[in-house]
Amino acid sequence: MGIEEKIPSGVLLTSVEKLVNWTRKSSLWPATFGLACCAIEMMATGAARYDLARFGMEVFRASPRQADLMIVAGRVSQKMGPVLRQIYDQMPEPKWVLSMGVCASSGGMFNNYAIVQGVDHIVPVDMYLPGCPPRPEMLIDAILRLHDKIMAEPLGERRRKMIAESGEAAKRVGTIPSSYRYNKAKRREWLAAEREGTQEQLRIEKWMQEGAHK
Amino acid sequence: MLDAIKGFGVTFSHMFKKVVTEKYPEVRKPAAPRYHGRHILNRHPDGLEKCVGCELCAWACPADAIYVEGADNTDEERYSPGERYASVYQINYARCIFCGLCIEACPTRSLTMSNEYELASDSRADLIFTKEQLMAPLLEGMEQPPHPMRLGDSEKDYYVNALGNPGTSAGAERAASSEQQATSQGGAV
Repeated sequence: MGIEEKIPSGVLLTSVEKLVNWTRKSSLWPATFGLACCAIEMMATGAARYDLARFGMEVFRASPRQADLMIVAGRVSQKMGPVLRQIYDQMPEPKWVLSMGVCASSGGMFNNYAIVQGVDHIVPVDMYLPGCPPRPEMLIDAILRLHDKIMAEPLGERRRKMIAESGEAAKRVGTIPSSYRYNKAKRREWLAAEREGTQEQLRIEKWMQEGAHK
Repeated sequence: MLDAIKGFGVTFSHMFKKVVTEKYPEVRKPAAPRYHGRHILNRHPDGLEKCVGCELCAWACPADAIYVEGADNTDEERYSPGERYASVYQINYARCIFCGLCIEACPTRSLTMSNEYELASDSRADLIFTKEQLMAPLLEGMEQPPHPMRLGDSEKDYYVNALGNPGTSAGAERAASSEQQATSQGGAV
């Protein structure tokens, strides 16, 4: 596609890939696509208390031409579908889609003829975020997981093939909850639990230890 | 002229105010105690499941997010005290709206909610939580079912003593047990 297809592979390419991915994830500008109540939480995330600017994404672009990430916040009606697709098509590559809330992810409780049963019928989705609506921490968590995915993205089609052949692609990224990922001790515990397949029990145990419910 | 300086003064005074921003991924503030987070399927104190497979949660769910398949307990293979248990239990978090109607419907306090909310995933299939993921962890003195009833001869023994003996449903049973304490302190029942 571009210059990355022509330069020789090896150390240079992997470092360039890391650098490029880092720049991409560090200023991921979202396109506003607030459709319902999830948009209120999305606005709260951008405001002072949760402050998305900490992750370089304070500018919600109303114009899709300047946006990298589409946060589909809310239920997508059949009538809104083509509009959503057009906004997506107008965004320049590389672009990502975050489906915020259960309505966008699967239709949620609106299992009827008026609502699209998941935006992945219309656009490719990179991260599903459940919740009705998800609280700002959940949105930040989803965005940070998406950052992880972006960091692991291969640069160019040739590199993608190289990784697929080396078998590294089997490793999944973005599976660790952010509060575990950004805490070294908890992260180690999570990875240990993941090997045994008991990570969900670990969460409950931690929650009981925290004792916030008491 | 003076107004402009006044405006800058407002901005400058914020330098000395407390920062309101939460440091989310590094520091996570606990959610409100009654926050509706992901579900837990609780256990009796000996490790048997509290769920009896009645499907009332699935009936109550406005989003049709819960799928339950019941099966019969046998003396050789016992998962819960009593007749039935849930052989398949799934909650689809791509549909669940965390309203808590399932919790209200549950007759055995088997299903409760935690305050855990970090559930994002890049695949819709991973958002369907199976019974293995939903089951509470095994605490001390608990044993992974199937195993025979350890707390008595019939299921009645499990439920009669349930309030003082909550198993792993710490969030749900606490209110009832504290109520019991209050009445025992008051002396009247």
